[in-house]
Amino acid sequence: MQRDAETVISSPHIHSGASVGGVMRRVLMALLPGVIVSVWFLGPGVLLQIAIATLAALAAEAAMLSVRGLAMRPFLFDGTAAVAGVLLGLAMPPLAPWWLGTLAAVFAMVVVKHAYGGVGHNLFNPAMAGYALLLVCFPFAMKAWPVPGAAVWTADVLGAVFPVDGSRVDAVSGATALSFVRDGLQGMKMLSELRPAEAAGLAAGGAAWVNAAFLGGGLVLLAAGVIRWQIPAGFLAGLIAVSLLLHLGDAQRHASPLFHLMNGATMLGAFFIATDPVSSPVTPRGRLVFGLLAGAVVVLIRRFGQYPDGVAFAVLLMNAAAPLIDRYTRPRVYGERDGR
Amino acid sequence: MEVAHARGGERVSAVLRGFHGGVRVPRSKEALQGAGSRSAALPPLLIYPLQAHVGTPARPVVDVGRKVCRGELLAVPSSYVSQAIHAGTSGIIVEIAERAVIHPGGITDTCIVLQADGEDRRLEPAPPLDLGRATPEALLARIAEAGIVGMGGAGFPSHVKLCEGLSNAVRLLIINAVECEPYIACDDCMIRERAADVVLGARILMQALAASQCVIALEDDMQLAWDALSSCDLAGAQIVRVPAIYPAGGEKQLIRMITGAEVPAHGLPIDAGVVMHNAATAAAVADAVVRGLPMTERLLTVAGAVRTPANLRVRIGTPIAHLLDGCGRSAADARVIAGGPMMGTRLIDESVPVVKTTNCVLRLPAGSEQPAVPCIRCGDCVEVCPAQLQPQALYEVARAGDWDGVRELHLFDCIECGACAYVCPSRLPLVHYYRHAKSEIEALELEQRRAAELRSRYDARLRRLAQAGGAAAGLEGQVEPDAGEGPAPAPAPDRATMQAEIAAAIARAKARRAAYTPPAAGGDGDGTR
Repeated sequence: MQRDAETVISSPHIHSGASVGGVMRRVLMALLPGVIVSVWFLGPGVLLQIAIATLAALAAEAAMLSVRGLAMRPFLFDGTAAVAGVLLGLAMPPLAPWWLGTLAAVFAMVVVKHAYGGVGHNLFNPAMAGYALLLVCFPFAMKAWPVPGAAVWTADVLGAVFPVDGSRVDAVSGATALSFVRDGLQGMKMLSELRPAEAAGLAAGGAAWVNAAFLGGGLVLLAAGVIRWQIPAGFLAGLIAVSLLLHLGDAQRHASPLFHLMNGATMLGAFFIATDPVSSPVTPRGRLVFGLLAGAVVVLIRRFGQYPDGVAFAVLLMNAAAPLIDRYTRPRVYGERDGR
Repeated sequence: MEVAHARGGERVSAVLRGFHGGVRVPRSKEALQGAGSRSAALPPLLIYPLQAHVGTPARPVVDVGRKVCRGELLAVPSSYVSQAIHAGTSGIIVEIAERAVIHPGGITDTCIVLQADGEDRRLEPAPPLDLGRATPEALLARIAEAGIVGMGGAGFPSHVKLCEGLSNAVRLLIINAVECEPYIACDDCMIRERAADVVLGARILMQALAASQCVIALEDDMQLAWDALSSCDLAGAQIVRVPAIYPAGGEKQLIRMITGAEVPAHGLPIDAGVVMHNAATAAAVADAVVRGLPMTERLLTVAGAVRTPANLRVRIGTPIAHLLDGCGRSAADARVIAGGPMMGTRLIDESVPVVKTTNCVLRLPAGSEQPAVPCIRCGDCVEVCPAQLQPQALYEVARAGDWDGVRELHLFDCIECGACAYVCPSRLPLVHYYRHAKSEIEALELEQRRAAELRSRYDARLRRLAQAGGAAAGLEGQVEPDAGEGPAPAPAPDRATMQAEIAAAIARAKARRAAYTPPAAGGDGDGTR
């Protein structure tokens, strides 16, 4: 008659069929258009970086599960490590040497994810924390983006990613439009001077197309109910609001909102990175606040910072604030008068 | 979302409001929504738990060996919040003993066991009441005598709800026929077959409440039931159809949809100016008042992995195994659930009897159950929670045993509908944690109340000793004069009695902790009287 206390017999007795693996698989599928367009414009280096980061993330995850004595089956292929690996690979410069992506992936899994307790418990977005580590430690290697207009398919990608000596990287790498404009503006140039070169870089680098592809994938994710609208909408609204304010204040010193929307990791960040559920707030209002602030910080870092893009640091900063945001944005409970 | 016969009343508008969250669950009841009912075979034994309702257990008035007819009284209410129990067929009382009852922990309770003689003789019905002259008091008395409890939910004695509603001058009666649980179609079937009785019952309930408005709520996929009701003389009652979103039939959710008002936290529907009764309860009230029949039968759905799913007319007290034998089990390995798949109780023992609240017997084929993994904070539970809680945060604090955190997150506003666990991609048994936390907190609070009471009794005893010449013993200074607080002169317990009580309280708390839910039997609670 008596069941052991661990046997759960509580209702409900049926389930919708949703699973963590299912959620992550749909995220990976929604990333595909962006990955394909990135490969088109930036060459096979993108695929190499994704493969390196994903394999390293899975290996590190398996090692940590083994060290912590956890079951492999439910966790290793739940897709969380794979998503972190793919996002990290997409963030990497396509021509960066292999050990950079590997180091970041291992750091992301071992320190950022498992040291905090594994899936569901990490305070920070693992992929972005790994990427930030590289930005801080290896700023020059992290600028290994293909020269806009260069024949990315004929370049010695393998030589750059798996270098015998370090010299080849500099030969093919150059600045992205984002870095080019930021460096120019910080070098006291005016936007009108930079515009022709920027436009050329834009067409060759395909940043607008890449962003459009991630936007498309993100909208699919939204329609499928995997993510909610609050974070992407907040992120883009925050980004537009701050860039518009700056641009209206002085159009010669600050790029337009459109420039920010079409460059860098804007759409990837809005739909795939900032929406990482574990490290973002849960309440609907909290997610809106989180997105707004993250989007605003992206513009500030891009304009006044020293990094190629601002998405990683903006998201990490807001990750730290997520528990606080959650606490102060709890909705009113049915039948309760107060808002707590 | 249609409203028939809308009159723009003072509380009910033609526009339905939404409620927060909810989830669309596959209905799995389309076939039974067109099917008629049939009678289940009479079982050889009928079993009546004394505690099958909210309140104190009923008190048996028959002895073993007594021959009874259908409709004869077996047990009477033991207090204001209790119920009467009547024999479901003619036969002989063979046992009054502990038997397994519907309970997630599989506990037993005192039951009256009736052996059927197969003749099914019926006691002469009570004389019908003249509705033209019956006072609310007379109606309430008849409803109480018929042993009617809420047939859709927890089994709250109906006359108590009505009495409280009457004394609070409630204006609005809602008849709830919103069967939001999957599989269950017995209310739908009952309305199709007995629409006139539902309307009549609603009218009697209005009269008993002295209410001025009545709304009968259905789901928007109950077309045939709607047709049947619409063809009756509604005499001012409104029919509303609500979207088939789980848990639209929840008391708080339905009140919000119909009135726009919310039941205050820790309050009752009467605090929102509403009394709600299930549609089957309304029909049972009609039976009791105009036909003089006590509640001995109900309609329930048998569904899932059975050969012939059906809406069955079942005598209260019928063992669930008997119903499954009758319908045929179609999968060897299945979980049997009393009630719906979202909120029902999984049975450990199929011999437990149908009680007045049992609206469904469900056999769910044992699926491949995936293990629970940690919460990824996806927030799907927040989206669906009809109480607007933070299920994922509640889970974390409940798991950590942080009872203050649990209270701060309003655990006691949780209606245990299970929408959160249904959508959880991590497959966390969230409701299990909430129930566990609730029972732990209730046990703690009980212990605290008992301790406070013992303390005040002890103080009272010291005061009495002091007054009875304790001045010489120098006790006065130690006793604070708080005469208003302690209970009135209670029999002074000596130290041994107090120690026994404390030991008993601790033992009860431990037992509750072990069982997760309080023992339902009457062995508890005497210390507070």
